[in-house]
Amino acid sequence: MTADAPEITSVAIPPSLDEAQKGTSLWKDAWRRLRRNKLAIIGLINFVLITLFCLIGPYFVPYQSGEQARSLQSCRPMEPIYARIQERKGKIVRTDFIPESKILDENAFITVSKEQRDAGLAQLKRGEPLKAGRYTYQISARKHLLGTDALGRDLLVRMMHGGRISIGVGLAATAVSILIGVVYGAVSGYLGGNLDIVMMRIVDILYTIPFTIFVILLMVFLPPSIFLLFMAIGAVEWLTMARIVRGEISALKHREFVEAAVSLGLGRLHIIFRHLIPNVLGSVIVYSTLTVPQVMLLEAVLSFLGLGVQPPMSSWGVLIDDGAKTIETTPWLLLFPAAIFSLTLFSLNFLGDGLRDALDPKSSKD
Amino acid sequence: MTRTLFFLPFVAALTLAVLPVKAETKADIAAKNKILLIGNGTEPQNLDPQVIKGVPEHHLIMALMEGLVTNNISDQSIEDPGLADRWEHNADASEWTFHIRDNARWSNGDPVKASDFVFSYQRMLSPGLAADYADMLFIIKGAREFYEGKTTDFSTVGVKAIDDHTLKITLVGPTPFFLSMLLHTSWYPVHPATILKFGKIDDRVSLWTKPENYVGTGPFKLKEWKPNEVITVERNPNYWDAANVKLNGIEFYPIEDQNTEERAFRAGQLHKTNEVPLDKIPAYRRDNPSLIRIDPYFGTYFYRYNVTTPALKDPRVRQALTLAIDRESIVENVTRAGQKPATGFTPEGMGGYKTPELVEYDPDKARELMKEAGYPDGKGFPKLDILINTSEQHRTIAEAVQDMWKQELGINVGIRNEEWKVYLDSQTNLKYTISRSAWIGDYLDPITFLSMWITNGGNNNTGWSNAEFDALIGEANRTGDEAKRNEVLQKAETILLNEAPFGVVYWYTRFYLLSPHVVNWNPLILDNHNYKYIDLK
Amino acid sequence: MLKFIFHRLLQLVPVLVVVITVTFLMAKKAPGGPFSAERKASPQVIERQNAYYGYDKPLPVQYFRYLANLAKGQLGPSTTYPTETVNQVIARSFPVSLQVGTLAMAIALAFGVPAGVLAAVRKNTLLDYLPMSFAMSGICLPTFVMGPVLAIIFGLWLHWGNVAGIDQAENTWLPPIFLPALTLGLFYGAYVARLTRGGMLEVLTQDFIRTAQAKGVNSLRIILKHTLKGGLMPVVSFLGPAFAGLISGSFVVEKVFNLPGLGKEFIKAAFNRDYSLILGTVVFYAVLIVVFNLLVDVIHALLDPRIRH
Repeated sequence: MTADAPEITSVAIPPSLDEAQKGTSLWKDAWRRLRRNKLAIIGLINFVLITLFCLIGPYFVPYQSGEQARSLQSCRPMEPIYARIQERKGKIVRTDFIPESKILDENAFITVSKEQRDAGLAQLKRGEPLKAGRYTYQISARKHLLGTDALGRDLLVRMMHGGRISIGVGLAATAVSILIGVVYGAVSGYLGGNLDIVMMRIVDILYTIPFTIFVILLMVFLPPSIFLLFMAIGAVEWLTMARIVRGEISALKHREFVEAAVSLGLGRLHIIFRHLIPNVLGSVIVYSTLTVPQVMLLEAVLSFLGLGVQPPMSSWGVLIDDGAKTIETTPWLLLFPAAIFSLTLFSLNFLGDGLRDALDPKSSKD
Repeated sequence: MTRTLFFLPFVAALTLAVLPVKAETKADIAAKNKILLIGNGTEPQNLDPQVIKGVPEHHLIMALMEGLVTNNISDQSIEDPGLADRWEHNADASEWTFHIRDNARWSNGDPVKASDFVFSYQRMLSPGLAADYADMLFIIKGAREFYEGKTTDFSTVGVKAIDDHTLKITLVGPTPFFLSMLLHTSWYPVHPATILKFGKIDDRVSLWTKPENYVGTGPFKLKEWKPNEVITVERNPNYWDAANVKLNGIEFYPIEDQNTEERAFRAGQLHKTNEVPLDKIPAYRRDNPSLIRIDPYFGTYFYRYNVTTPALKDPRVRQALTLAIDRESIVENVTRAGQKPATGFTPEGMGGYKTPELVEYDPDKARELMKEAGYPDGKGFPKLDILINTSEQHRTIAEAVQDMWKQELGINVGIRNEEWKVYLDSQTNLKYTISRSAWIGDYLDPITFLSMWITNGGNNNTGWSNAEFDALIGEANRTGDEAKRNEVLQKAETILLNEAPFGVVYWYTRFYLLSPHVVNWNPLILDNHNYKYIDLK
Repeated sequence: MLKFIFHRLLQLVPVLVVVITVTFLMAKKAPGGPFSAERKASPQVIERQNAYYGYDKPLPVQYFRYLANLAKGQLGPSTTYPTETVNQVIARSFPVSLQVGTLAMAIALAFGVPAGVLAAVRKNTLLDYLPMSFAMSGICLPTFVMGPVLAIIFGLWLHWGNVAGIDQAENTWLPPIFLPALTLGLFYGAYVARLTRGGMLEVLTQDFIRTAQAKGVNSLRIILKHTLKGGLMPVVSFLGPAFAGLISGSFVVEKVFNLPGLGKEFIKAAFNRDYSLILGTVVFYAVLIVVFNLLVDVIHALLDPRIRH
């Protein structure tokens, strides 16, 4: 196709077709340029790895996402864990897990002298079982790489499952907001006049409608589902995008290349989609990389209100929100979710910057 | 250039940081000035004792108002003389005479008269005031009839001012616990002249509660009210016992966020917090046990079962669900604030009444009951939802219960999270299957926990109805002898627990941080502290 | 230009009518009322309380009564604060949010614009990566994380600023609104930085700059003089609603720092079904949004004369 392109353009054919051909090579060019951008490629690979981590990671962790070991409460990352086995008539009736930091609070250790306590602890650490009253203590093979949350659930596996939701919602809702926002903004900006006024005042109105009540109503009148989540997020996130695109387009439309296209008799839609939107893709991509975190965090707010993911499921936003509340007592519950969240956003951001450069129609003159 | 500018403020800040700062905190200074700084939860809506309904408002009224009797310093089952210095009642405790002390004064200096109480109770029972707690006064003879408009003549109601200092109250039946009811704000007087100055007797919204207008009977008077910032009260020189009031004033800070409140306490901005974030409780208990207080509280946390749901019609299923909740594990690992696993509905700590301890954790028995009900290993059991209102703590408890029911009974329940008002609406209209609930007693008597379960009771909200139970509650209301009455109530609660229209989880505690400056802040089961006893050192 | 502004202000009327109508219907349709509570009062009590505020009247009557009062500038009584009108609630809480929001915006611009310009001009160098990574961290740490972190560091460890409340604590020296404003400023600054960089790159690759650069004019002055105008376009678009949002208060920050601001009232009104307060705050916010978006369009026109109508 690329090889044919020069020949076809040399023939005087209808301009629309010409544009289409150029469009294809534009994307190819872009991909070529993107590949040369090291940071962007690192970002891309990183993002793919994180996605894979969330998708197939849970199969390599020996815990289920919702599995609770409540007696663990919030155990620290890699903290040694002891099993407390309760037997009745030679039958194990109950096994609880006690993290090392709480083992000394156990009755078996509180009621004895310091020497006995140290001896008992040493015995446990050697891997020998310790009998105390109706309980038998024993070191457990259980290990939680990133610790557990307040209900003794493995944080790592919750982060993986949460990532599926967050990445899915983040990308899908952002895509929806780009689609609506760009088209809406471009149409409003290019056509201008009264239509522009009406369209922009509608945006103003949507900004103003109280979101909390909107969400409450959505929940009351429709059964909770992931689709509702998209509706709620979609309803707000495209607004600023539309305003940004509209602002740029209304500046661009007086530029020479647009006037040239108009004088060639090209249709409005053609001008919008072929000439104007490619020129604002830069801002669109930049703002999109800013929309992803917004969407992911908005999802946490909505989940808190009951609209998003339902417990025991979770998402990164929810984990960060929960972690932030216990920042001083269990910082790892904030640190790890925030770290993977940031890593994802940095990757998307570098990828976005690379895409921006690659897609910039002006840089094709390089 | 840009970067230099950017760092400039930080350099300046660092320089200032090494300069000595005043080490004395606000709490230290306030303690010297005998000003108590209290975190008080949400912003109060109103300071009219007859209109309020929330806990933060209640705390404020305790400082601004006093009733015929008042809260004891350390024991909530004893009522101290308040505006009345003595009282007597007839043999079956249905007629009470209160003698108002000679030196009882309003904060503007007017003497407190018996007729003020008559006026106040007329106001409380006026249909137009639409007081949430008007029903508290229905134990007065003729009160309900007046409230329902059957008569407009208030003299038919059993409240009489014999003279300026003698108030006679006639009740519908024997009420041995009447004095403990009188501790509730709905029985407090309001100043007639002030009420009438700013509106009609039954005006719900009136400017008399503004600081410049407020007239009260309590040890403190209202000085300043900055919404969402602070409410300041100062010593009331006209209070009858003003000589024994230790503090010069109290500042009530509305701080809704527990974490913010805890930080404010640590930064020395508060003497007492309203709550403690759950995750910090173990740390305080371990490292700073002198700062944290955990007191029993007169409330029960439970799960309502909607008995009109087909699957929950069978009492065996409801019992099975209740039996499969490991309360021990919830209070130890989830709530972690010394709550007691509930064994009945009425909490402990009520003197003569002992709740029948029928609720236990027995998963084997629960499985057995499920099998009997036709759901062996949970097979065929429909998917129910636990309704919670939006809150991290309710969610965590629900997740634990969800897991227990799944592990022990093999049933899958969902969790439905609704915003507070939607949740209340769903609960009222039985648009739920299982719903997390709580009940806090209004006064120290089991009836405040049991009477809500009568058929079609306004706060029943389960669709449950039992004629025998209703009859027993009726019998208790006619019984003057305390021991006999307790027996009847125990019988009623036994029916309730066996029928299980709900599954109890735990009995509440109040947990808060208290500065070592504060003296005489004792554990009180209703959490009504008489601020005149509180001191700072 | 004046005519344009006048026309836009006229458009405020239909916008307000639509916003009020939609909000009114939504609020009334939401389950529960202002007087429902955990310990339920009898239905008669609720009825009388509703009647007191006229909430027992048919919806159209309530609606037109509201519009009539609004025309007189009265936003009605609040059920959350029975002794205050909605006008009073807004009048006391808006100044707090205005201060915090303005300071936050100043911080955001002071840090965001220079960082963005620097990054764009020195694209793909350390001077690009460093401020942009810093900006990304600002975006990754939402206010509900940043707020407590700042409160702990500057309030509890260093004793520089208040951890809660608008009253200056005795042993601190930072103004009480500083930490809340910093929390918001860092977050918005990150957006400003990213958008500035994007917008600047857009302009820097345009022909006239390239020509200038080709001619050897390669100084900061050129960059600032010719590119800043165009490069700030997306930021300005973003700032309109953002600024309106900032000065009408941030619920999260007001909650974390316990400030008596307007952001709290928005959320509280909705949760309490305080109909007048919901409508009042929404009307107020709508005016702000329309005015600031108008301001954005005026600035756009000033930055680029070609858009002028």
